[in-house]
Amino acid sequence: MAETSHPHQGSNQITGAEIVIRCLEQEKVKFVFGYPGGAVLHIYDAIYKQDHFKHILVRHEQAAVHAADAYSRATGEVGVALVTSGPGATNAITGIATAYMDSIPMVVISGQVPVAAIGLDAFQEVDMVGVTRPCVKHNFLVKDVKDIASTMKKAFHIARTGRPGPVVVDIPKDITANLAEFAYPSTVEMRSYTPVTKGHSGQIKKAVKLLLEAERPMVYTGGGVVLGNAAELLIGLVQALGLPVTNTLMGLGGYPSTDKQFLGMLGMHGTYEANMAMHECDVLLAVGARFDDRVIGNPDHFYSKARTIIHVDIDPSSISKRVKVHVPIVGDVKSVLAEMNDLVLQEKPQQSPALKAWWKQIDAWRGKKCLNYLNNNGLIKPQYVIEKLWEVTKGDAYVTSDVGQHQMWAAQYYKFDKPRRWINSGGLGTMGVGLPYAMGCQFANPDAQVACITGEGSIQMNIQELSTCKQYHLPIKVILLNNRYLGMVRQWQEFFYENRYSESYMESLPDFVKLAESYGHVGMKIEKPEDVEGALTDAFAMKDRFVFMNFITDQKENVYPMIPNGKGLSEMILAEDL
Amino acid sequence: MRHIISLLMENESGALSRVAGLFSARGYNIESLTVAPTEDATLSRMTIVTSGSEDVIEQIIKQLNKLVDVVKVLDLNDGKFIERELMLVKVKATGAFREEMKRMCDIFRGRIIDVADGTFTIELTGSGHKLDAFIDSLDKAAILETVRTGASGIGRGDRILKV
Repeated sequence: MAETSHPHQGSNQITGAEIVIRCLEQEKVKFVFGYPGGAVLHIYDAIYKQDHFKHILVRHEQAAVHAADAYSRATGEVGVALVTSGPGATNAITGIATAYMDSIPMVVISGQVPVAAIGLDAFQEVDMVGVTRPCVKHNFLVKDVKDIASTMKKAFHIARTGRPGPVVVDIPKDITANLAEFAYPSTVEMRSYTPVTKGHSGQIKKAVKLLLEAERPMVYTGGGVVLGNAAELLIGLVQALGLPVTNTLMGLGGYPSTDKQFLGMLGMHGTYEANMAMHECDVLLAVGARFDDRVIGNPDHFYSKARTIIHVDIDPSSISKRVKVHVPIVGDVKSVLAEMNDLVLQEKPQQSPALKAWWKQIDAWRGKKCLNYLNNNGLIKPQYVIEKLWEVTKGDAYVTSDVGQHQMWAAQYYKFDKPRRWINSGGLGTMGVGLPYAMGCQFANPDAQVACITGEGSIQMNIQELSTCKQYHLPIKVILLNNRYLGMVRQWQEFFYENRYSESYMESLPDFVKLAESYGHVGMKIEKPEDVEGALTDAFAMKDRFVFMNFITDQKENVYPMIPNGKGLSEMILAEDL
Repeated sequence: MRHIISLLMENESGALSRVAGLFSARGYNIESLTVAPTEDATLSRMTIVTSGSEDVIEQIIKQLNKLVDVVKVLDLNDGKFIERELMLVKVKATGAFREEMKRMCDIFRGRIIDVADGTFTIELTGSGHKLDAFIDSLDKAAILETVRTGASGIGRGDRILKV
């Protein structure tokens, strides 16, 4: 630890709880999402006496962590959650694991039983450091009040640098009552933690040369471009070279979806053109993406075509993990893309005949119109709702989703043109994130339109947050695509289990309109396709109200295209095949 | 292939469990793992004996480097190195066995560090293979107890792992 910014002289001792607050103040934290309990009572007392940040009281600790996570996704700042020991801590785990899988910078402060009680199976004791170890970037147990400030500084530093991720700081109750002087370190130096930033210049030159000489180039980008604030640079590079580009589920918004060079999302439910171009390209530039199983499918099938792969990622362990890479570039995507842009500008590239032919091929694939769907049976098609949502919100909303069919339709049909607008759980696939994610987005952007696209399965996993939304007057619009099925489970059962719909039908659903109204919100039920657009227009016109829209949709609709589990990128099932 | 990985990490509580947890969570093999503080009390040195394809070993090294508490990682198999393991063996030492055990111990350059009425305790150091060979050369009925430390390794010559 280096010099401190506020050296206090003499006996300016304050409690550990007050130190925690001062640390959050130093980190310019604006919102803390949390839930009080025994082990954090000193901290809550200190919160009562301060006005540097706003504490948001959720209805379940899981939602606190999800909301803090979404706040981070929407703003790029470190999200902060505060929970008590034991059950408070374990309730937070799903939220922490969700953030970890998507590399979201977050600090979660958990209370712990007093130091002397640790290990004695005390009331509300759980080994938080042990329990969270596999799903955090790092975690700390603070055993001395004098260590709180330096630990908090490290926690924020680790969360936001390198490949970001959640950091847990577990603080025993007595430590928050003990006294110490407050001194927040201005810098952090950790010999064991020195993330790389700049990529290797030789490798970057090689990559640019490969892209310039490629006959069938392709760009594939993931969440790293969004998290690394590198969208502008990506657009610059892709447009200067005239390249086709696809985004992963996590990368949507990293390149404008309405641009002609965008081929749509790739992967299990990606577009025909994106998946075919991934498969057939000769040079592939992957940026801030990790070739995961939902993206390239079966790696052996992917290997069946030869291509040169350039992979830019800040995390060396992401490179050559699932797929062998030829030109690895470890570095911050922003810095690497900037360097690539500079090199490309010097070259003044012209579109080669080979690239023209490649685009012709891509346009032929586009001709399949793989996202077309039949809209003629008098039932509301979920895809249609998303398309209308995009129109009514002028493509400018913050859109959160839960997990399942509705998530895929949202990704396919809401055309994201800006980064940090599409907020969903890609890696862990956590049902129940949608509503707390919408809360985090709305706190971050009080005047923005925030839509939570969800299903009747997912929404019930954190439905209690309707109460939080009322308390803080959050004008979120819930777009419930209600097909009375756990739709994605039903789809797999239809395809792979001979229509045995085991436990995927949802009976005894609540009357969502009355439910919303009972929390003091506006509820709407929409049953006819011709009412969809008008209802959405009405709902978004209610700028200061939370509106819960229950769309009764076609039960049998499936998500297409689909790459069956274990198959390769060019082995898609298309809607037209059936 | 068998690899010996040496690493230096912050000597903090929980650091060992982070490494052990990484291996179990990602399904990597651990043949042995030894750890102790170094001459610099803030650092622990760990030797991990593992096995896997080159791709797996590469991932193991990367994942270890990613742990926030880990300062430096070295795959000893990338160069020349020396490997030593300590074993203590308690054997029957009665009648004819008593002389036989003394002789075997001398052949393997072991030391008898405890002598009791019916038993010897033998200390033996060497590569894992040497320790295996010693065990194999003894009459199984004579072995009462064995304990091994797992391998420690160090690079030859100027191959130095230091902060």
